[in-house]
Amino acid sequence: MSGNADIYHEMIVDYSRNPVNFGKIENPDVTFHDSNPLCGDSIDIDMKIDGEAVSDIKFHGKGCAICMACSSVLTEIAKGKSLDDVRQIDKGDILGELGLEHLQAVRIKCALLSLKVLKSALYTYLGSHLAEDAAGKTAGTDANDGGSGATAADIDRLKEEAAGLY
Amino acid sequence: MQRTVHPDQFEGLRRDFPILSRRVHGDKPLTYLDNAATTQKPNQVIDTISDYYRNYNANIHRAVYALAEEATDAYENVRGKVAEFVNIGNKQEIVFVRGTTEAINMVAYSWGRDNVGRDDIIVTTEYEHHSNIVPWQLLAQEKGARLEYIRTDDNGELVLDDLDAHLATGRVKIVTFSMMSNVLGTITDTAEIISRCKDAGVPTLVDGAQAVPHMKVDIANMGCDFFAFSGHKMLGPTGVGVLWVRKEILDSMRPFHGGGDMIREVHKHESTWNDLPYKFEAGTPNIADVIGLGAAIDYLTAIGMENIRKHEIDLTSYALERLSSVPGLIIYGPKDINRRGGVISFNFRSVHPHDVAQIVDDSGVSIRSGHHCAQVLMDKMDVAATSRASFYIYNTRADVDALMESLKTVARIFKT
Repeated sequence: MSGNADIYHEMIVDYSRNPVNFGKIENPDVTFHDSNPLCGDSIDIDMKIDGEAVSDIKFHGKGCAICMACSSVLTEIAKGKSLDDVRQIDKGDILGELGLEHLQAVRIKCALLSLKVLKSALYTYLGSHLAEDAAGKTAGTDANDGGSGATAADIDRLKEEAAGLY
Repeated sequence: MQRTVHPDQFEGLRRDFPILSRRVHGDKPLTYLDNAATTQKPNQVIDTISDYYRNYNANIHRAVYALAEEATDAYENVRGKVAEFVNIGNKQEIVFVRGTTEAINMVAYSWGRDNVGRDDIIVTTEYEHHSNIVPWQLLAQEKGARLEYIRTDDNGELVLDDLDAHLATGRVKIVTFSMMSNVLGTITDTAEIISRCKDAGVPTLVDGAQAVPHMKVDIANMGCDFFAFSGHKMLGPTGVGVLWVRKEILDSMRPFHGGGDMIREVHKHESTWNDLPYKFEAGTPNIADVIGLGAAIDYLTAIGMENIRKHEIDLTSYALERLSSVPGLIIYGPKDINRRGGVISFNFRSVHPHDVAQIVDDSGVSIRSGHHCAQVLMDKMDVAATSRASFYIYNTRADVDALMESLKTVARIFKT
């Protein structure tokens, strides 16, 4: 076999048949859903957040082997990490782990959908905490003093990152 | 002039299509099986378009110089070719549009906005392309009307009892449906639907995008009120299609686009409209591609639509038989070959169609994976997507064999 079908090595096929961290979390602290309109891949990510770290993360949905394998690897990387570390997860981390650095443009969306969902889940979580923090203060106070440590600028940056992934 | 074509002659047609001799992924011959999406173009079409641009490119209908006259003649001649090809009595009823999508949007806008009101019902089917759903959703939302569906059964055919139930409400303003499903290949019982709608006094729109390229279509004897199809699915260029509307209805429709060519007189605050069909062809039309569509019609006419249908029945039967031996493969749509066109949707039980298409592509075989712009049907079938192979005149049994080999590779990699 040669060419593009090379991406279907053992690891990808195994992950797609037996995805890791696949399922739902009861009462998650944050949940986010997104889909790829062109191919119909559809992913939900649930997270439990304990203080400053991701204590549990699961994904569910429908997707191709690339999407399933990348979602598995992503959730493995994110589990137990601090929110700051999760924020730093880069597409190279996922693609590199699965040997997909040279994935053709049309399949990149399959590989990175779950990372987009994770980043979106994170800013949704940080945004809701920012709002809670702000509600407890007088207007004009720097929200950066709050528990999550996130600022409105952080959230905007995350949103941009998520939107610009592919 | 139509001739009888021996199966071997279809093989010979391949020489007319330069793209079919190219290689992909290095040295692999191209097996093109995505004809429901778009078809390849023969030299006759490509050369006709080039000839227009090389030799008589000019804007049509107004200028009096030689080039403009030649261009206008060539453009208007195609209206005659279309009329003959799908049997339309009056050329004034033929509007050139960008494609089926624009045709249906034009009807939903120019006819729908004056004929559909609050609590009225628009009926479509579960196997429609998005282009025959979304324009009606927009209309229904604007007017407070309802969009209702004729369901599909497990065999991929329409449940016509649903049509009767909708018609019995007395609120149905239009029934709009595809003559052939672009996903399942199901050939709609068009005559039966139109007959029931006529009895109820309800107009019908037929989406012929998948039917006109593959079988003899006779609009005059069909009895529908609106008919739409695209050029690029029948060897013609992209960006050109046809909307046919019964004259008394077309006469009553408000303009779709305003601009040049569609007017009779323009004053500061009001205008009057040009005759049919020009009232609906605002702006400089797609002259080159309309002329290219004419060449495609000539090409298909020379082969004969009955011969094309026979060829596709032969190929589809062969493909269905061979595909049924692939382990873990589910094939959708009617089992009866006479009730389906040359479109086969399938899924492996445990492999996503996107992965299937990629592995298959590696052997030079182009099939489609995805929802095929038919998400309502995907939901009904409870799948996110399917793989789809679709045939046309230049496909051969060797193409089916190439598909088979590549599907065996999928089965091996994913251990289905």
